[in-house]
Amino acid sequence: MDRIPILRMGDLLLVTIQVDMHDQLASALQDDLTSKITEVSAKGILIDISSLDIVDSFIGRMLANTSAMARILGAEAVVVGMQPAVAITLVELGLNLSGVHTALDVEKGVEMLHDRIGTPELGDTDVRF
Amino acid sequence: MVMISEPSIAQTMTTSIANVLVTQRNEILQDWMHLQLSSETMRADLISEAELRIESDRFLEVLAPAMRSGNFSDIRALEYKPVLEVLERFSRSRGLQGFTPSETATFVFSFKQPLFNALRKSGDKDLSEQFENVWAANLLIDKLGLYTTEVYQQSREEVIRRQQGEMLELSTPVVQIWEGILALPLIGTLDSDRTSVMMETLLQKIVETRSELAIIDITGVPTVDTLVAQHLLKTVAAARLMGADCLISGIRPQIAQTMVHLQIDLSEVTTKATLAEALRFALKRSGRATQGKTAKE
Repeated sequence: MDRIPILRMGDLLLVTIQVDMHDQLASALQDDLTSKITEVSAKGILIDISSLDIVDSFIGRMLANTSAMARILGAEAVVVGMQPAVAITLVELGLNLSGVHTALDVEKGVEMLHDRIGTPELGDTDVRF
Repeated sequence: MVMISEPSIAQTMTTSIANVLVTQRNEILQDWMHLQLSSETMRADLISEAELRIESDRFLEVLAPAMRSGNFSDIRALEYKPVLEVLERFSRSRGLQGFTPSETATFVFSFKQPLFNALRKSGDKDLSEQFENVWAANLLIDKLGLYTTEVYQQSREEVIRRQQGEMLELSTPVVQIWEGILALPLIGTLDSDRTSVMMETLLQKIVETRSELAIIDITGVPTVDTLVAQHLLKTVAAARLMGADCLISGIRPQIAQTMVHLQIDLSEVTTKATLAEALRFALKRSGRATQGKTAKE
């Protein structure tokens, strides 16, 4: 059984979902993510779904649950790269994924996470809006 | 075969009408031309005498063989295919030239008189048979005349369909009005088709331009009902899922009232009365974001 690789970028974790998620893969990912967040004290996770062109309610729930788990562990989660067709499908299915932050791509996702959690390298003394 | 009389009589009848048409073709043509040129529906401004003669002759040419088959009632049968083709071409070109469908049909109907004249002169002494002939020819010509109006209708409908397609394309332009800000000015009635096209176009453009803000301006939308509102809200929700925000602007006072009466829930959406207000809001938002970034650097 393949596991989805988790990449580390500073205190952020990046996960790219490229294949059809099934039950085992999803729970393996959640296991791995929660462990890793704790292990490296990650402050944020990015879930990149730009390769997914179809999504169902299962994935919708998985994304919402994973975000919630991360938050409990002290990390913010952002889902990035949702394709238009996927967004439309989720809306039609009535899944609005409330509580899940989203951004257009990884770059904006990183920006958003840093906005929310502060950029550790610079310390916290900057005047921020 | 023919519906109005028995086969044996029909045989005689068809031979006689078709024969008359063939043997008296020139006289019939002359007679017909004379009639058309002097009629009040003659549009000398749109068609010349020579052209009219050619068209009339062509009609006679294909009509005779068709009539010879004995079929005077089913114009969709194979033997009438050449006749229908001639009439179709004729109807379309007349339509393009500016003739009304009635004027075009009258061309066919006006053929009755010269044909009946010729039948009368053909020396057939049996009155009841003559009457049968005339009646059969009359029904046939009626059908052929009505066929030209059908063709006219069809070509109008094709034009309308084509224009609708063009309008659909023209009507969903997504414009980037600022860095990271898109605008979608909607004009006209929003139906399901248009709205899905609009939704897809907008969302696609959001990805392409990496814009985080989109302003949907509905100044040009005359009415907003629950269906339209739902479509708009779905678009906003989809954009949000992707990581962008939508504002709706151009809401006229009347529409604001309608929306409240219909209990449409816009609490999740930022709305502004004018596009200008929406732009100001959007600039402030993205300005704030830029400010935030600069501070960190």
